[in-house]
Amino acid sequence: MRLQSLAIATPDPITALGHMLALPFIVHALVAGTAIAIVSGLVGYFVVLRGQVFAGDALGHVAYTGAFAALAVGLDLRIGMFAATIGAGLILGLLGGRSIADDVTIGTVFSWVLGLGVFFLAYYTTHDSTSNGAANVNVLFGSLFGISTPAMWTAVAVAAVLVIAILTIARPLLFASIDSAVAAAAGVPVRALGALFLALVGATAAEASQIVGALLLFGLLAAPAAAARRLTPDPWRALWLAALLATASVWAGIAISYAAPTLPVSFTIMTAAAALYAGSFLRRASTTADNVAVRASVM
Amino acid sequence: MGPGLSWDLTYDVQLMFSYPFMVNAFRAGTIVAVIAATIGWFMVLRRQSFAGHTLAVIGFPGAAAATWLGLATGYGYFGFCIAGALVIAALPQHTGRTAPAEQSAVIGTVQAFALALGYLFVSLYKGFLSGMTNLLFGTIVGVTNTQVLALLLSAAACLAVLIAIGRPLLFASIDPDLARARGIPVRGLGALFLVLLGVAAAGTSQVTGSLLVFALLVAPAATAHKLTTRPAVGIALSIAFGLLATWIGETLAFSTVYPIGFWVTTVSFAGYLAASLWRVVTDRAGPSPRITAPATAPAGARP
Repeated sequence: MRLQSLAIATPDPITALGHMLALPFIVHALVAGTAIAIVSGLVGYFVVLRGQVFAGDALGHVAYTGAFAALAVGLDLRIGMFAATIGAGLILGLLGGRSIADDVTIGTVFSWVLGLGVFFLAYYTTHDSTSNGAANVNVLFGSLFGISTPAMWTAVAVAAVLVIAILTIARPLLFASIDSAVAAAAGVPVRALGALFLALVGATAAEASQIVGALLLFGLLAAPAAAARRLTPDPWRALWLAALLATASVWAGIAISYAAPTLPVSFTIMTAAAALYAGSFLRRASTTADNVAVRASVM
Repeated sequence: MGPGLSWDLTYDVQLMFSYPFMVNAFRAGTIVAVIAATIGWFMVLRRQSFAGHTLAVIGFPGAAAATWLGLATGYGYFGFCIAGALVIAALPQHTGRTAPAEQSAVIGTVQAFALALGYLFVSLYKGFLSGMTNLLFGTIVGVTNTQVLALLLSAAACLAVLIAIGRPLLFASIDPDLARARGIPVRGLGALFLVLLGVAAAGTSQVTGSLLVFALLVAPAATAHKLTTRPAVGIALSIAFGLLATWIGETLAFSTVYPIGFWVTTVSFAGYLAASLWRVVTDRAGPSPRITAPATAPAGARP
């Protein structure tokens, strides 16, 4: 079906866009993808600001294991994902206050968690005759083009809740992230806020793994947010810009994968996000050049 | 995978080695365990375990591309891991000037992009999706004689270089400023070590899969570092733990339906956990003189 649409798509861009939007799986992907991208951008901004990109990576591993633990006991994989990532986020947040763990310990623990995921995968595929063979690839790399109508509305509803939650705590969280000592002195519950935030990152990880998969989600959290931070020094602008860039990556990824169906959509989304981030490095160079030019013109 | 264990250990081992694929799996595993534990010991000392993980992840698109092009996966693993190590070594060194937040965002994006690229090659090579699990999480089947030979040669070359640069590398890892003042080329040694790490990561990926290299590259070395600060004893312990984890992991992967990735991470993690607990208990019992001066014992080169 997608190969045919490519043939139709050749004449002119507007007609091609019309054809693309007439396909239900594209509409589902765009609606769910946009909702999830906005959450990923907003949450990702704080993840990068707080230097917690590796927590995002770790929660991706947890999402994988949670998904297959749920499948192994016969539940919907999303239940396992959300339960595992929110739980792990809370635990990480509560432990993180004491900074007891070094990178070796964290890496070893989460590598074992992923190993446990492989155990559940093997259990699921050997014990369940109805097991769906594509589940492993879908959890690892997402299945944005396979989202059903109910799954789309669930994703949008969860995204709405997460956006409201992150915006509610945005102001104190920003304060605590920039200067935790001053924030604590001003009465901000820094530690509880950190744990709550990591629980939100966990929920976002479970949500984002539906579109780009458990292995790539931390790229979707990190790249647009880090690009936004390079483009503007103003934190509020950067926060919204991160959501905008994440959405742009998802739209570009969907359009490119539609036009060239050999390219998987999670690859094109990740490439768009990485390209935006790489581009933001050029932008800073040009800003300084502009400043020099402005200064030169004034003098 | 194979038949279950019968509790007659000699019979089980004989049965296991009657399968040629298990013989090759053990050969590859043994070579990899030794090189990963040795390079890993230095890596943990230098706090570069995430560089090791990143290099292993970069190996995944290499192996997937090699499969797509009809080459042996070994070319892809070694090619991409060594190229990745050279790129990381050529990058300007960030010492405090770049914010750590920016650095981790760059590493995160590079890793996610490498995995996405690997997925692209896997999709281009249709019908390979089950093989992808093996690339990511390891397998005991399908290790060829050529692959064992390549692993052996690369490991021997790595060890030879490591023996040649071992003493100055140790010095440079413990006190880079003093080493630099003594005329040791710290930057060059660091770059050379990254290449060795690339080779070790490429080798380890072929046993544990790209995502689970921590099990052999980091955990045995970290366990040894918990128990002793003496370099020779530490490296020997690290090799012993690595061999134990690999052999137990491969035996259990052979006799159960669960893959090597699960067993080898579980055994390594259990060892690390036990060593950490032992450390806590002995520290409670009274401060041992070894931990109060962690850097003194290895520095034979110190004044």
